[in-house]
Amino acid sequence: MTPSSPSTTLILVLAVFGASAVEMVEALTIVVAAGVSRGWRSALEGAAAAIAVLAVIVLVVGVPLIRYVPINALRVVVGALLLVLGLSWLRKAILRASGHKALHDEDAIFAETSAELGSAGGAGPSGRDAAAFAVAFKGVFLEGTEVVLIVISLGASQHRLGIAALAAGAALVVVTVVGAVVAKQLSNVPENSIKLGVGVMLTSFGLFWVGEGTGVRWPGGDVFIVALVALFAVVTYAGVRVMKSHPGPYAAPIAPVLPGEGVVS
Amino acid sequence: MRHIASWLRVLWNFWWDFLVGDTPELFVAAMLIVVVAIIVRPHSSVAVILLPLLAILALAASTYRGAKASRSRGSGGPK
Repeated sequence: MTPSSPSTTLILVLAVFGASAVEMVEALTIVVAAGVSRGWRSALEGAAAAIAVLAVIVLVVGVPLIRYVPINALRVVVGALLLVLGLSWLRKAILRASGHKALHDEDAIFAETSAELGSAGGAGPSGRDAAAFAVAFKGVFLEGTEVVLIVISLGASQHRLGIAALAAGAALVVVTVVGAVVAKQLSNVPENSIKLGVGVMLTSFGLFWVGEGTGVRWPGGDVFIVALVALFAVVTYAGVRVMKSHPGPYAAPIAPVLPGEGVVS
Repeated sequence: MRHIASWLRVLWNFWWDFLVGDTPELFVAAMLIVVVAIIVRPHSSVAVILLPLLAILALAASTYRGAKASRSRGSGGPK
């Protein structure tokens, strides 16, 4: 059975959009740092070149996968890949939410990248800054590789590569516009919450495709993905609650109670 | 030839970090889930319960391992 229900498509779009947005926030932080400290032209050229290379990878790898690889084999491999990725995102997000792992700090990444670029040499005779180009290219390419894997995996297994690529493109536009408007306030993006949601969806898709590819008949067909999303959402919520009852070393400190505050006599 | 070897090394490192990294237990769990799915596929009602359960157990075990490592780093490591 080829999943085609609106709910499955919606989850596919949300998963790709969320995953892309999370990865692109970090990429954009690096591009903004390169642009602010070395000049925008080379930084934007580096970012655009990386996006072009990633788009080519989606076409070169994704399209043959859909055309030539047997769908069930593809679903098992893609399902296992999504399962590893989804479980790993969920684990990381639960540990961050409960203070067992440091939250992703965009401000620190911005400061680190700016400092790194500040010590590099000046622009060349053509006015192009090789350091800014290289840093922006590397940042966008490395962060984008995970997005490409998610787009190809989810798109190929459902024969919806176009929709998956469009969702990733939409995330790119939204993050870029938001980034241009709020500039250095990217640290305000609730990255860990998005990561939790995407982790739930990737894990659900992964498990569903492993079952579907090996011949397991899920009750209700593709609608069962919604049940898996609900199940993993509940498990994740419970996991965060349990882990928060034993806070880790990165948990937010409890505000000190001032004299006379919060005391009811 | 050297370029190809270096490119292959980069590719191998990328996939190793991506799939295994510091959570080899999740990679093993995903492989186990595939094997279990193949074994129980004639009994879909069992698979429907067993596969999500295995994924939840893997997540719980890996998260517990991560929290334990984090606490031991927090209490014993340099501040």
